[in-house]
Amino acid sequence: MAQAETFQDGPRRGGSLLYSTAFRGVAYQILLAAGVILVGYFLYSNVNQNLERQSIATGFRFLTESAGFDIGESLIPYDSNDSYGKALVVGILNTLLVSVFGVVLATILGGFMGIARVSRNWLAAKLASMYVEVMRNIPVVLHVIFWAAVFRNLPGPKESIHPFEGLYFNNRGLIFAVPKANPAYVWVGVAFLVGLVAAFLFVRWADRRRERTGKFMPTFWPALAIMIGLPLVTWLVQGAPLVWDKPTFGAFNFSGGAVLTPEFIALLVGIVVYTGAFIAEIVRAGIQSVPRGQIEAARSLGLRSGFVMRYVTLPQALRVIVPPTTSQYLSLAKNSSLGVFIGYPELVNVANTTLNQTGQAVEAVGIMMTVYLLMSLTISIIMNLYNRKTIIRER
Amino acid sequence: MADTLTRAGEPGGPSTRAAPTRASAPPPEEKIAVLRWLRDNLFSSPFNTLVTILIVAGLVKVVPGLFAWGIQNAVWYTKDHEVCRAASGACWAVIGEKHRPMLFGLYPYAEHWRLVVALVLYLGAFSITLMRRFWNPVFLIALWVVVGTAVGILLWGGVFGLTFVPSSQWGGLPLTMVLFTGTVVLGMPVAVLLALGRRSHLPLVKTVCVTFIETLRGVPLITILFVAVNVFPLFLPSGMEINTLLRIIVGMAIFFACYQAEVIRGGLQAIPRGQYEAAESLGLTYWQMTRRIVLPQALRICLPAMVNHIIAAIKNTSFVLIIGLFDILTATTNVLEDPLWRRFFVEAYLFVALVYFVFCYALSKYSQRLEQWLSAGRQY
Repeated sequence: MAQAETFQDGPRRGGSLLYSTAFRGVAYQILLAAGVILVGYFLYSNVNQNLERQSIATGFRFLTESAGFDIGESLIPYDSNDSYGKALVVGILNTLLVSVFGVVLATILGGFMGIARVSRNWLAAKLASMYVEVMRNIPVVLHVIFWAAVFRNLPGPKESIHPFEGLYFNNRGLIFAVPKANPAYVWVGVAFLVGLVAAFLFVRWADRRRERTGKFMPTFWPALAIMIGLPLVTWLVQGAPLVWDKPTFGAFNFSGGAVLTPEFIALLVGIVVYTGAFIAEIVRAGIQSVPRGQIEAARSLGLRSGFVMRYVTLPQALRVIVPPTTSQYLSLAKNSSLGVFIGYPELVNVANTTLNQTGQAVEAVGIMMTVYLLMSLTISIIMNLYNRKTIIRER
Repeated sequence: MADTLTRAGEPGGPSTRAAPTRASAPPPEEKIAVLRWLRDNLFSSPFNTLVTILIVAGLVKVVPGLFAWGIQNAVWYTKDHEVCRAASGACWAVIGEKHRPMLFGLYPYAEHWRLVVALVLYLGAFSITLMRRFWNPVFLIALWVVVGTAVGILLWGGVFGLTFVPSSQWGGLPLTMVLFTGTVVLGMPVAVLLALGRRSHLPLVKTVCVTFIETLRGVPLITILFVAVNVFPLFLPSGMEINTLLRIIVGMAIFFACYQAEVIRGGLQAIPRGQYEAAESLGLTYWQMTRRIVLPQALRICLPAMVNHIIAAIKNTSFVLIIGLFDILTATTNVLEDPLWRRFFVEAYLFVALVYFVFCYALSKYSQRLEQWLSAGRQY
């Protein structure tokens, strides 16, 4: 005991406080804090002086002022008289739009290619591996501006690519027919949501039952039937209303139908093709991480191959797949900022215009960073929750 | 068989000769290897057969068209854009015609030889660095100091009778090289410090590092470039200016460092506790322990992952398009403003893509080999 105490007091016996680890730790931290505060104060005072000298306003008052620029595409009504604040909201919504579509499509593409890479079919595996190697070794910026150039150089509206009725592809974008709005569709939407919940509950009930009794029942097709069948029945019951709003070629341009702009498609294709390659690699690694013995054991129990995939391979592979996929989703969302290169009005693009018009660089860049930080935070929280669900449960 | 083998080694074992004879029996000969390969790899099940048929059908539809466009009907060399216009295939001539501005940007035309020499020197030094037999810190540092100085002299000029070229006129592949090298050279030490700081026992150091890393990892690179270009000048006292290229490199280096720090942290976490304890019990100070015990092992463990982020740094240089620095991509985009050649953008972009691909693919293959080598030589 006495020995232990001497040992603990060891550093201080040297006489000088300088040799005490604890003291030095505190000293380092005080130095660091002082450094951070000093640098912060230095930068802050410089910014203030510089802004005063250049007579640039500070603060976020500009958000309520009229923006005075148009935005090509917007999810909410917007015109150039609206405020900078609203313009930024339009930008944020466009960023979210392209990120959500991007995440979904990249997951599908990446999952497909990843499975193809481990396929026993030589052709499929080779093609998928070529896709991965080529796409991920080309900068995403190049992907995006390449596709933007391609879509801008498509033929004009008159010589549209027209594969089938109601779909036109030209340098104004992808124009396609949509059903005309009808009050019945609200109920179809409601039915779809109800179907979604019902399918989810059904799958959970079937899983519970399987775990309790060991009796297996097919869930995939019934769940799909509920999700599609319910809205379909609702639609039929209301007299199956369907009038197409078809795009028609007028004097100079198309009217009617829905339009996806070339910028939107280019950005989407660029980031999806790029991120898809990374997700494919993650999926491949995940599937290959499942020990062969697991699959052999499942087969020797007499399970069908689809069943093996669903209940043996996938749950184990997902544990490996989910964490790195999260960071791919994050980087996809961040790469949506490449819209600024090709004129897609997402957040960075709008904020950049705002910056150029008001000169309030600190605020504009601050807004960009804050929004992306919040987005990143949200995605990682959601994916962490999901990860907690798929993580290994020790029994 | 197993029985035979166990006894084979014993002196005087009965079947010492029998075992080798059986082991060296030739494998069963495959008479119809090709057919067997086809059956195993393309037609192993009805589903696989369907996939094969679909893929072959797709290839038959696409490949001849691509071949006709890219090779058969392509124009390989001409100075006249009208020839290209008339042809139905690709116009690879645009690369021959425009490769100088694409590869070297705005750099004075008569001085392009300097860039070629610089690139050759640089790539030579780079290849040497990748070779394991030259992994000697003193040699590598000496090599890079010499090559770096030589490349600097070649790019800037102003001495030995070379005309001075300001960094605002640099462009093309050499600029990409400068951006990339600057990012990695400046970013790497910062990354190590951030990773160590994040693992520190001092709460304040840890908090500062975690906040810094996570904030920068949460925002796109473009916003960092915006800070470097638009905001950073406001941070400086009036009258003080820092070269744009340098500001960009510093921005990209910090961004790179935050990602690399996380990789290095992975390496640090993989080191067994006993290593730290052993070092401490020898009485090593923190920095001695870090430099001599911890980092050499940690960096070795995460080397392949670090190479992957270095590849990302190559690709990220293309982001400077936003601020109009003339790297190879911006230079190409600029070349395509030429109305005579504008329509051949696909060929030009494919060429740039090929340049990036060659470097990134080579490095990623290198990273894979490194991984194999490291896992083969792992001692613990």
